[in-house]
Amino acid sequence: MSEGEAHPPPALRATSPASSRRLAFGETGEGKPTLLTVRGLEAFYGDFQALFGIDLEVGAGEVVAVIGANGAGKSTLLKSIAGLIANKRGAIEIAGEPIDKLPAHDIVARGIALVPEGRRLFPSLSVEENLVIGGQLGRPGPWTLKQVFALFPDLETRRAFKSTALSGGQQQMVAIGRALMSNPRLLLCDEISLGLAPIVVREIYARLPDIVAEGLSVVIVEQDIQQALRAAARAYCLQEGRVALTGKARDLTREAVSAAYFGQKSEIGSRKSDT
Amino acid sequence: MMGWINTIVQGVLLGGLYAIFAAGLSLIFGVMRLVNIAHGDLIVLAAYVALLVTTALGLNPVLSIVVVAPVMALLGYGLQRVILNRTLGTDLLPPLLVTFGLSIIIQNGLLEIFTADSRKLDAGTIEIASIRLGEGLAIGILPLLQLVLAVALIAALQYVFYSTALGRAFRATSDDPEVAQLMGLDNAHVFALAMALSLAVVAVAGVLLAVRANFDPSLGPARLIFGFEAVIIGGLGSLWGTLAGGIILGVAQTVGAKIDPGWQLLAGHIAFLVVLAVRPEGLFPRVQG
Repeated sequence: MSEGEAHPPPALRATSPASSRRLAFGETGEGKPTLLTVRGLEAFYGDFQALFGIDLEVGAGEVVAVIGANGAGKSTLLKSIAGLIANKRGAIEIAGEPIDKLPAHDIVARGIALVPEGRRLFPSLSVEENLVIGGQLGRPGPWTLKQVFALFPDLETRRAFKSTALSGGQQQMVAIGRALMSNPRLLLCDEISLGLAPIVVREIYARLPDIVAEGLSVVIVEQDIQQALRAAARAYCLQEGRVALTGKARDLTREAVSAAYFGQKSEIGSRKSDT
Repeated sequence: MMGWINTIVQGVLLGGLYAIFAAGLSLIFGVMRLVNIAHGDLIVLAAYVALLVTTALGLNPVLSIVVVAPVMALLGYGLQRVILNRTLGTDLLPPLLVTFGLSIIIQNGLLEIFTADSRKLDAGTIEIASIRLGEGLAIGILPLLQLVLAVALIAALQYVFYSTALGRAFRATSDDPEVAQLMGLDNAHVFALAMALSLAVVAVAGVLLAVRANFDPSLGPARLIFGFEAVIIGGLGSLWGTLAGGIILGVAQTVGAKIDPGWQLLAGHIAFLVVLAVRPEGLFPRVQG
């Protein structure tokens, strides 16, 4: 488990420079053009409304954290973006293209990959098959089986294992690798640290720079606020289906976050997105 | 003594046919947890399609599979997309009810078009040809072909399921339909492909049924029972288990018939009940990792 920790896989950058991924956004402008735009998103489970007018933006190559208490709507937000929740209103665009009416399988094809909460690997598929099926659409990009194995060397020796035979941390690596195999522009990570030992969580988060180096944007949903704020450039804090606080991750004070988290009045937090 | 060996050998050969009845059923249940009550009637429908094809084209019935299988596969794809996908959900009941209705529609439709007269496909000399293995023991070419086809079909399905991208999609969608969408798989399309494959196997079953003996529109439900029993005996989700289940059912029936001709069906059902009582999960259940 600890073997691949110290040295990042050199193959990743050597064979696929980050710049080649960024070319895809050339038409949207220079600097950090907006990749994902969410405007006024409302989502429902039957009659129950889970999201109330969420606004969110993610720039190309940016890491954004979404934090909040249990039931704040974090997972619902990611599932709505990925198309798993059809009952929703509002606008979702990726690189200017509306995707809120598309089914989930078409949204993957447009470069949005979700690492679902609880990992949810396919139990009857081997580790390698779980990864290969992630890339079955054949979207071009830097991520191949070889690159994923370079990122998570633990997986290569266990490629023929049933996914259920792995440790929780390794299963999470497969779940992330499976999402990367679709060569997304935007990676949505739902509760990566859930149920994992802190040392394993640190090991997985240590891989994030390698992933972002490929030029993709990442949205991290976490209960572990410290971990999320360390990894992200900006953060949104959700509370009961609304954005309660947003700002640069390093500017968010403990007090502001805890106020937004638990629903106390806060004067510190800006309610406006700053991109 | 030779008589008993002969009985068992004939039972094994008959079991090949039952395994083919069962394979399509097993496949559909494995991929989408759909119990297709109309499966037997679709086999009979395939037999009538083969009747039309052989009459129109003058093909040997066994060769007509080449035409009947794609026709049935296309029908299966459409059936799944237009009707059955709408019934799938967390509840097992809607697909049961809808396929039950489909079964009645197919039976009565066939009755209306082809009447209740029994028909048979004439495959020529192959029907009576046999290999003599010794005193009192001979194997008919046609039953042997049945078994060989059953083994080949099961092997092919096994290959598709475990060594192709299509099979990977089947297994992933079966494991977790929601997450399968995140891989870019369209569940509706994957399920329709599974039904197409199932009905291609049904086509083989229908042709063999039609060559082997007389058939009429009312035969479907009994074929469903045989297929269903073979699947349960073998263990849900195991293709080779389905072959074994078919053979056990076939042997039980021929042994029963040897004791008393009236006991053929009863013996099969008893074998099924014994397995269900002793090993409710079947003889070779799919190992859950």
